[in-house]
Amino acid sequence: MITIIDYGSGNINSIGNIYKNLKIPFKIAGTPNEVTGAEKLFLPGVGAFDETISKLDETGFRTVLDEEVLVNKVPILGICVGMQILAESSEEGILPGLGYIKGKVRKLDEALLTDKPKLPHLGWNSISLSGSNALFENIDPKVGFYFLHTYYFDCSNIDDVVSNTFYGQTFASAVSRENVYGVQFHPEKSHRNGIQLLHNFAKI
Amino acid sequence: MLRSRIIPCLLVHKKGLVKTTEFKDPKYVGDPINAVKIFNEKEADELMVLDIDASVEGRGPDFELIRNLAIECRMPFCYGGGITSVVEAKKIIGLGAEKIAISSAAINNPLLIKEIAKAVGTQSVVVVLDVKKKGLLGDYEIYIHNGKERTGIKFKEILKTLNEIGVGELVINSIDDDGKMTGYNFKLFDIARNAVDFPMTILGGVGSLDDIQTAINRYKTIGTAAGSLFVFKGKYKAVLINYPNREERNKLYQLQR
Repeated sequence: MITIIDYGSGNINSIGNIYKNLKIPFKIAGTPNEVTGAEKLFLPGVGAFDETISKLDETGFRTVLDEEVLVNKVPILGICVGMQILAESSEEGILPGLGYIKGKVRKLDEALLTDKPKLPHLGWNSISLSGSNALFENIDPKVGFYFLHTYYFDCSNIDDVVSNTFYGQTFASAVSRENVYGVQFHPEKSHRNGIQLLHNFAKI
Repeated sequence: MLRSRIIPCLLVHKKGLVKTTEFKDPKYVGDPINAVKIFNEKEADELMVLDIDASVEGRGPDFELIRNLAIECRMPFCYGGGITSVVEAKKIIGLGAEKIAISSAAINNPLLIKEIAKAVGTQSVVVVLDVKKKGLLGDYEIYIHNGKERTGIKFKEILKTLNEIGVGELVINSIDDDGKMTGYNFKLFDIARNAVDFPMTILGGVGSLDDIQTAINRYKTIGTAAGSLFVFKGKYKAVLINYPNREERNKLYQLQR
């Protein structure tokens, strides 16, 4: 059973639709109580860093997430800003992140891009895997995924980077450490690769 | 490498899909949900669905249709037609669309763009400009209500306003070229590309993959949208939902950064 955290940020329905089609059981947790005892956690997220982390605080999800992820080692997958808030902090805001993976969220460097439009990084881009990871089994790195973001996760520990993507600069498009996983792209909108990744997460 | 986006643009009229010429003579081309299933199968980069009746009839978006489209859609999906408020925009994003497109409402009240952006994020707000040249020597002007109403607003003026406000993406739709399949009007799109910094999608006139190739070569990273090309096949324009395969697309993307 996958528990999708609904704290008012991110495209809950698209993710649910895919799991429904895959016949993988999932539930949408609208309150922190529903997270306790979860087998697997899905953390969506869109918008600004501070706004997203504030929502997680205000709804009371953060405390229960810390418990499940850090103590009970429940696998968690963050997508887009849901991945970025796994970091310790962000250039985009002043609030501390969840800090499950060491690193800071930074803005992509516009000076390294030559043509309009520079930011956001929008569209389909390939990935290059830095090793084998269960999350990326049977995925075509060349076809890649759909991205839409302006900030990226600058990992402190290079071993936590699962895949890189190039847009003016090389940045971490996926990170993982122990039971914590994060992807910058949108698997729920990335056709076969995305469905495969969501399926892989369910099998972890 | 970031690739340009090749985007089928589907028009909804009386619950069915249609394709127009110069925004007129809607020809029935099929069922919306069925078309989405085919584009899933072909792994289209993105999809744009515009309800061309809503604003004309003065009604809001068809939420039932949007819900059904969003459930099927495995690619980023932009919906436009009849959106005039923050509440409607939020609801559509909540149903699972990535982006909402506004046209009439944004042109009548550009501040609405800001309000919607605050609620759903700037990246999800798409402004569609339906553009037409008035007379041979005239300026490009903005039309609303599916090309039926001339606003008198100059293309360059609105681009300036939009660049100040900031939108997630701009779709430039050339009314004169709609359905003709004679190629893109780059003169028109160049004006926009020079005037604004944000992501842009061009629409109107595509007749072949070569036209898409020319656009990608010209703008490096661009949204290339087309209607007729992806719903008709052959000289006699037989209705057939189609989309370039992976090999054809890799060729198109080649010259990009």
